[in-house]
Amino acid sequence: MNGKQKAHIEFTLNGERAEVAFAPHKTLLEVLREDLSLTGTKHGCELGECGTCAVLLDGRSVLSCLVLGLDAEGRSVQTVEGLADAAGLHPLQETFADTGAAQCGYCTPGFLLVAKELLAHNDNPSREEIKEALSGNLCRCTGYIKIYEAVELAAARMRGEEMELPREAVYGLE
Amino acid sequence: MSEARQQSSIVGRPVPRKEGRAKVTGAARYVDDLTLPGMIYGATVRSTVARGRIKNITFGEGVPWDELTVVTARDIPGANAVALILLDQPYLASEFVNHPEEPIVLLAHPDKHLVERARRAVLVEIEPLPPVFTIEESAAKKEIVWGEDNTFKSYLVEKGNVDEVWSRDDVLIVEGEYRTGAQEQLYIETNGVVAVANADEGVTVWGSMQCPYYVHKALIKLFDLPEEKIRVIQTETGGGFGGKEEYPSMIAGHAALLAWKSGQPVKIIYDRAEDMAATTKRHPSLTRHRTAVTRDGKLAAQEIEFTVDGGAYATLSAVVLSRGTIHAAGPYYCPNVRINARAVATNAPPHGAFRGFGAPQSIFALERQMDKVARALDLSAEEFRRRNFIREGETTATEQIIREKVDMAGLLARAFELSGYEEKRGRFARENAGRGKVKRGIGFATFMHGAGFTGSGEVFLQSIVGCEASSDGRVHILAASTEIGQGTNTIFAQIAAEALKLDYDMVEVSRPDTASVPNSGPTVASRTCMIVGKLVESAALGLRQTLQGAGLLAEVYTADEWREACRRHTERHGALKSFSQYKAPPDVVWDDGKYRGDAYGAFAWAVYVAEVSVDLVTYDARVEDFVAVQEVGRVIHPVLAAGQIEGGVAQGVGYALYERVAWREGRMANSQMTNYIMPTALDVPPIRVHFEETPYPYGPAGAKGIGELPMDGPAPAILSAVEQATGVAFTHIPLMPEDLMKELGDARD
Repeated sequence: MNGKQKAHIEFTLNGERAEVAFAPHKTLLEVLREDLSLTGTKHGCELGECGTCAVLLDGRSVLSCLVLGLDAEGRSVQTVEGLADAAGLHPLQETFADTGAAQCGYCTPGFLLVAKELLAHNDNPSREEIKEALSGNLCRCTGYIKIYEAVELAAARMRGEEMELPREAVYGLE
Repeated sequence: MSEARQQSSIVGRPVPRKEGRAKVTGAARYVDDLTLPGMIYGATVRSTVARGRIKNITFGEGVPWDELTVVTARDIPGANAVALILLDQPYLASEFVNHPEEPIVLLAHPDKHLVERARRAVLVEIEPLPPVFTIEESAAKKEIVWGEDNTFKSYLVEKGNVDEVWSRDDVLIVEGEYRTGAQEQLYIETNGVVAVANADEGVTVWGSMQCPYYVHKALIKLFDLPEEKIRVIQTETGGGFGGKEEYPSMIAGHAALLAWKSGQPVKIIYDRAEDMAATTKRHPSLTRHRTAVTRDGKLAAQEIEFTVDGGAYATLSAVVLSRGTIHAAGPYYCPNVRINARAVATNAPPHGAFRGFGAPQSIFALERQMDKVARALDLSAEEFRRRNFIREGETTATEQIIREKVDMAGLLARAFELSGYEEKRGRFARENAGRGKVKRGIGFATFMHGAGFTGSGEVFLQSIVGCEASSDGRVHILAASTEIGQGTNTIFAQIAAEALKLDYDMVEVSRPDTASVPNSGPTVASRTCMIVGKLVESAALGLRQTLQGAGLLAEVYTADEWREACRRHTERHGALKSFSQYKAPPDVVWDDGKYRGDAYGAFAWAVYVAEVSVDLVTYDARVEDFVAVQEVGRVIHPVLAAGQIEGGVAQGVGYALYERVAWREGRMANSQMTNYIMPTALDVPPIRVHFEETPYPYGPAGAKGIGELPMDGPAPAILSAVEQATGVAFTHIPLMPEDLMKELGDARD
């Protein structure tokens, strides 16, 4: 194929219709970051090892480094930029920011999207279910504990429960 | 503790992280998110052999070389050396290579796929020279690969006289040998920079980094330009852990050289494999202990030989060795200590900074040795520790008199209570005697970690922090200390707000940019909170003093009165700024020649307890539970502080059980996250954190350092627990399933 020939797709991006033209060999990750300037989606390995580049494709988490941009044709893609709406941040964004789940923040977009997928199917996941769901995303800063707490707190709030973190999660063992 | 918390409005409270919103919305800009007009992409051609002489460089066919910018050592305008401690490491090898992955040629092109193809087409012909790969080969001077004798640095610590103890008939002598492996920092954002460089404007670099002024200093030498012609700006940084302490000087120099030659902005972002294989890792170590104890379980003499593998160039090995040396004798009182420490050269890529900085290595060895000595005395590990814990007024190995209210026995009791240590220890012993294939164990480590630069380091650094109040009363903190996830922005704002009795939201932290912030020193060594935070506090207080001195502000004031005072002051006098420079606390004395004295202004003290299971069918060792008890002075932000401990413990779990660098001829063969295994969500145990808070008078609001501490304890605690589970006292990390199989294979049947 001629290297200069561009592919063209139409799809739904963060709830809105979008079109983009790009070199056909590009991954969805590259298309998002380079052709659509949506740099909120990060990359950590580009080999499908770290989970950092996760986005939702038709509501299911995929590693955007392993999906061709062409595969998004006619489908719905959600990235971290699409999590907040006019009403404000998504509950997961609130709790990730407030409970220490985001330290360096680089893995955070991927975790947010995978957590969103989990909560879409299970509004009250156990700690073990959260661990299992997030086990494909690597975080080197947090030791994951504060991420679980953020997911649990967001899940509770999304169920309509008024909940704050337990004292131990904030101040440690006393 | 809770009393102190109630007295304060901001310090001690879980205020929102300053840049938290930006990080959860995707708005935070990391270096690879920057694009400049006309920007091109750089790549690095590296050595494939460990040691040799460069014979020839050829540029292969099928690449439009006239479109590429090509830089070799000949293109360097200033000195071809990365300025750090010594000037031994070249930016680009010209005649000799001394390690695999050593940079030789730089390439840049607007198409990053083409530049990668070009990189593969450069053939560097190297005549091999005999390499050295292990501490033993280097120490035996099998080949001289660096300097006169392969030694980057050595230290001798002498306290009392160990030689008079060995022959005493009232002591028992126990010897041991311990090893630790290399460890990759594995920040999730790889190293990267963007550079603009030309003769008119000088050099500007944006990058993921911990220490903007290290990069600044290195680029001054590389380009032979005056300091005002070099500007370094830290972008949002996706983790560092030491891995972005010294290496950014290298990659920044490379991008700047390509920008200088091409006249275009250049971006270099390492891919994961390059980052893992070519950049620094934790120093491997070998430690030999010889310990004399009296029959009643008191340490009489410790002789410690501590050696680290520095890799091919000096980089930071001298200071890593220093911290490892000073921590080698631990939080115990012993009247006679000798520590012989050495950093040696091998033909591996230079090892460098990684959280803990030498201390995790020497503490691992010490804690394993303490368990061994206790066994020889037929004492429990905890009772032996209790008889030897250092107390206020006693001296460390460097004869530093401990002036803190240290209570290691109290921390031990607390950690045992929170973990149920004694009950579990007994129960596991009974259960392990049965036929089950899964054995359990519980173990612990007791340790300390010094905060701030070692010895006279802080005095030499002379760090400066500024605070500026704008006319609307907002306070801006000016420091080169970087936010790398650990919470610098948040705790600095808390400290300044607390000092000025202002709302947290009225304080902002400026982005580290050498054109606009003073040099507050590197973001390393558990110094950001205790040392730099103290400067933030005093610079903030300086603002208030100025306003009060000018008669614009009363002793007690409201936020509105503060804003009004700032408005009137800036109207009359322009910018309102205050700077504060480091001064050593009184009575801190260090003798570099004798390696004696007050090594650190303060220590954090800790007891960590690990519970493990070992599956005798799969040889899988897992950490099932973890309790981390520490005294770190006043806790500025409980959630961030716990996050430091939890993240450090997780890295420690990896260090102990998972993270093995597979070396092949000095090269990392497993430079991928699928075969170099860091802990996933399924591998990290519940980590329960408890802080004792004893305010430190010279820290901001009473705080000490915290960042490195949690890296020290997990590995020895885990191996101690594995010892209970298996009956084998393993002496090396990482402890992999194959090691367990080798040792336990017979026991299974």
